[in-house]
Amino acid sequence: MKEPEFPRILGICCRWCSYAGADLAGAMRLQYPPEIRIMMVPCTGRVDILHILKAFELGFDTIFLSGCHEGDCHYLAGNIKAKKRVNKLKKDLVALGLEPERLEMFHVSSGEGPKFAGVCTEMHERALKLGPNPVKREARAAWLATQPRADIAV
Amino acid sequence: MKSQQQGTNPVGAVMVVGAGIAGVQAALDLADAGFYVYVVEAKPAIGGVMAQLDKTFPTNDCSMCILSPKLVECGRHLNIEILAPARVQGIIGEPGNFTVTVNQAARYIDMAKCIACGLCAEKCPKKVPDAFNQGLISRKAAYVLYPQAVPLKYAIDPVNCLYFKKGGKCKACEKFCPTGAVDFSQTDQPRDIQVGAVVLAPGFKPYDPTKYAAYHYASLPNVVTSMEFERILSASGPYQGHLVRPSDHKEPQKIAWLQCVGSRDLNHCDNSHCSAVCCMYAIKEAVIAKEHSKDGLEAAIFFMDMRTMGKDFEKYYWRARDEQGVRFIRTRIHSVDPVPGTDDLSIRYLDEDGTLRAETFDMLVLSVGLEVAPEVLETGRILGIDFNANKFAETSSFAPVAATRPGIFVCGAFQGPKDIPQSVMEASASASAAGDLLAAARFSLAKKKPEFAERDISQETPRIGVFVCHCGINIAGVIDVEAVRDYAGTLPFVEYVENNLFTCSQDTQEIIKERIKEHNLNRIVVASCTPKTHEPLFQETIKEAGLNKYLFELVNIRDQGSWVHMHEPERATRRAKDQVRMGVAKVGLQQPLREFTLPITKAGLVIGGGAAGMEAALGLADQGFKVHLVEKKDFLGGHALKLNHTWRGEQVKPYVDGLVQRVTKHPQIEVHLNSEVTDVQGFVGNFHSTLSTRGREVEVEHGAAIIATGAHSYKPNEYLYKENPRVLLALEMDQAIREKNPLVTTAKCAAFIQCVGSREPERPYCSRVCCTHSVESAIRLKELNPDMDVYVLYRDLRTYGPRENLYKEAREKGVIFIRFHADDRPQVAQTADGGLQVTVKDLILGLPITIRPDVLTLASAIIVKEQEKLAKMFKVPLNNEGFFLEAHMKLRPVDFATEGVFVAGLAHYPKPLDEAIAQAKAAAARAAVVLSQESIKAGGVVASIDPALCSGCQACVGVCPFGAIDYKETEKVCEVNQALCKGCGTCAANCPSECITLLGFSHKQIYTQIDQALAELKMAAEAAG
Repeated sequence: MKEPEFPRILGICCRWCSYAGADLAGAMRLQYPPEIRIMMVPCTGRVDILHILKAFELGFDTIFLSGCHEGDCHYLAGNIKAKKRVNKLKKDLVALGLEPERLEMFHVSSGEGPKFAGVCTEMHERALKLGPNPVKREARAAWLATQPRADIAV
Repeated sequence: MKSQQQGTNPVGAVMVVGAGIAGVQAALDLADAGFYVYVVEAKPAIGGVMAQLDKTFPTNDCSMCILSPKLVECGRHLNIEILAPARVQGIIGEPGNFTVTVNQAARYIDMAKCIACGLCAEKCPKKVPDAFNQGLISRKAAYVLYPQAVPLKYAIDPVNCLYFKKGGKCKACEKFCPTGAVDFSQTDQPRDIQVGAVVLAPGFKPYDPTKYAAYHYASLPNVVTSMEFERILSASGPYQGHLVRPSDHKEPQKIAWLQCVGSRDLNHCDNSHCSAVCCMYAIKEAVIAKEHSKDGLEAAIFFMDMRTMGKDFEKYYWRARDEQGVRFIRTRIHSVDPVPGTDDLSIRYLDEDGTLRAETFDMLVLSVGLEVAPEVLETGRILGIDFNANKFAETSSFAPVAATRPGIFVCGAFQGPKDIPQSVMEASASASAAGDLLAAARFSLAKKKPEFAERDISQETPRIGVFVCHCGINIAGVIDVEAVRDYAGTLPFVEYVENNLFTCSQDTQEIIKERIKEHNLNRIVVASCTPKTHEPLFQETIKEAGLNKYLFELVNIRDQGSWVHMHEPERATRRAKDQVRMGVAKVGLQQPLREFTLPITKAGLVIGGGAAGMEAALGLADQGFKVHLVEKKDFLGGHALKLNHTWRGEQVKPYVDGLVQRVTKHPQIEVHLNSEVTDVQGFVGNFHSTLSTRGREVEVEHGAAIIATGAHSYKPNEYLYKENPRVLLALEMDQAIREKNPLVTTAKCAAFIQCVGSREPERPYCSRVCCTHSVESAIRLKELNPDMDVYVLYRDLRTYGPRENLYKEAREKGVIFIRFHADDRPQVAQTADGGLQVTVKDLILGLPITIRPDVLTLASAIIVKEQEKLAKMFKVPLNNEGFFLEAHMKLRPVDFATEGVFVAGLAHYPKPLDEAIAQAKAAAARAAVVLSQESIKAGGVVASIDPALCSGCQACVGVCPFGAIDYKETEKVCEVNQALCKGCGTCAANCPSECITLLGFSHKQIYTQIDQALAELKMAAEAAG
């Protein structure tokens, strides 16, 4: 493939707040890196830990969930449940040999276009800093070769 | 009920005259509530001025994008008949039963045959200035009003057509029309139409600035009107959205906006009114122009008072000034001079320090005011309604949408200059007023929605059609839409692909339906904009073609594609392909979802017993619905009880007393005083709420709720309030005047300080009513004692719209207005004798002035408190300032995203009584749309448990926020009550055995999407071995 396979960022957005926030970023013409792929769910509470693990297994370099602000969830508290799952999984990622910073939960309302663009930019930067997801062995090796020895994390 | 008092059997149809956003909204609300609607539009297509705008303030939404779904809905509504081009010629009859004569003008195109291919326009030899594009380019005599027009049918303009001018020659269009749609034999058709009520929404026309001779609008091409500038900015405009000036198509480096052209001016025109929208649209145009410009456009706005008094307007102004670098100069420009040898323009002005400055600009935009067109005034005269001094339709503050002739209602800019949300509100309000008159005839003429037979696709493999939208250049300008289309064609199960200029246009809906039939498609993907606005439209389309509406996926390649990757076409195209692949994979796994119907409790709950709450309650009750009106205090009336007069001078007390009487006597209204809502359960159509009345709890059932809880006045810590008895708040001043308090009656000098607590960093909004209120009180004081010295100390005087006349009257009566700076406020001190001394720097003289008022009025902010509780119960949001946040700032001003819940009055934003009443009526109209239905649909995206896999662990029961899952002891499995399930999917994520499927978002669909998002990557890995 001619396109570079790194970085790849998955954003899972709830329909009510963050997906609309992402739309607002568009309406405001705020630019963010095109390596993001957005998947809409009714609520971040829909997101299972296994969905996230699957995405890492397939090669996403960073993944974020974005839901409503706490207290604003259209379904009362789905976002809080999602946050708990994400926080738990972040701890488990270490055991899997992945940096916990590769995963994050954000809260972006439908009125926060700039914040959404900021989230995308941040997760893109994190991916660049952490390098390719180790499941992509070749890409990882190639990236490691370009890094100064002291910075190698793995 | 009023409708019964009418005596006769009313006609269950309504005529809406004018089809801009106000007319369209009124038509939709009426048609959805069970009336047949005739829409009479003078132009060959609906849409009005909003269709011509580029963006809308304060959200910068693309105007066409948010309007288009409404136009399409109006165009395809079973109970709306559009007559265009057509005009009203006469009316006879009485409220409830009018006969209106309408002249339907010949189009010279057979609408049934026209396929909108555009060949007639292409071949037509006659060029005409294109009025839709403000004459900046030309169109042909055979034309379509604009590309997304509804109905999307061509028309021949007989004034310019050569056939008519040259006596039967030419006929090029007829020769080339592939369907034989051109028909020169057509003639104008007069029609007598029976309706029960008429809603007038014919809108405004922008002021023609040629009369401002010193601005040389007619002779200098780079002096343009704000409407022309909207078209210049528009992607579908004369320059395809490239910001260039008309004379030489050079990109301007410096543009100035000149405010109040044709407004607040009796020298060049008769428009004493403020046009209410120009300050905001100028800021918007300046901000958008700066975004368009490649190398840092300089934008300057020359204004008199900055009137950003709407919701979120002040913040928009501050952002433009402080972050986006728009310059604001307070002055009125006397004249414009061409710069010799160039196309540039020079203006001279006195700046705030009194220094004379000259500045050169590439382009000048005249912010032209709003007025009613002469032909519309004529229509008004035919219909027998009165106009006010500013030539807008006359209404009273207490019945803001009732014209002077009973049975005729008005809304939008025809009633007075106003913005889109206000117009939409009034449109819904006039629908409510008409519905109130005709309630007995509901569904007597309206047809019921046909049920479309659904094709059984259970035995079919997926056959997916993919439609990729250009969105004009919104998408195609960045993303290679042809490549995306071709790529989609290579994906599994995709049988058909196509590009559309505007996939949302009405003709494309027909195309989609045809393609489904031709290619036997059973699933559809549209790659265009956001599902938030456009999914319902496409779902409706595929339903009509016999597909279950859930067999659809919208892929967002604009808002989350071309717009956010404007400078990276290749990577944006790559993303678009990936997202299309995800969408195709997801829809391929989608099964038809069933919906079922639930009964509706035909009752409303109104929270708040102020003017807005009472009006909303009456609005519903008069339409025949039971209403529970809940008020915290032990009396009805709210803040309106404290007001003396409206800005029009009408006495408020008799109105409120009458309202309280009507509410308390109404057989359909149950008033709950001393009561609060303590719990809300259920959903649209079926709410169960708990009311607590002095500790005693009652349960009420209702299908819809209207929140009208009002607001409070800010109690200042500044300006010696509560320290010196001579310092009053605005409402206390009303009381003092009312009670002839000697503090006022004996005063020799009075002062008002504006913006106390408003437009501050901690409260970044304008309280909207205070300028008008203070000016009105100042006039009262002058009437009380013409020798009294009355001062109003202000930052910007915001007597918007026709209220400007009051400001003029105050100045004529000798009220002295002194402007101050936010960072140099008036100083208020107490003198030794207990009097007051106010020191303020006069910005014109540049010197401090000392006033010794006997009474000082503080125009304090309107604030809200403790709205969180109610917000949480109804699951509706608040904005940063604590006001309720509506579903959409422009087009859904009284709705919440949560269905069946509506908002009105001060709880939404500060507003004067007439606007609160209009909003209350609008909320009643929107709630009536819900309550007038027989049933609501449930089901669709809900959870379902596979009993064969369920282990009965009950993990799902605990996490469901809606109590929708029960454990069945006998079968030892869990089961979802789909009527209560809202489809969040939390249970599905929590189930350890993945036996819960959230229909539409199944595990398999989610895994597959994630998988497909990286499919190319995987293929690369496989290829590499």
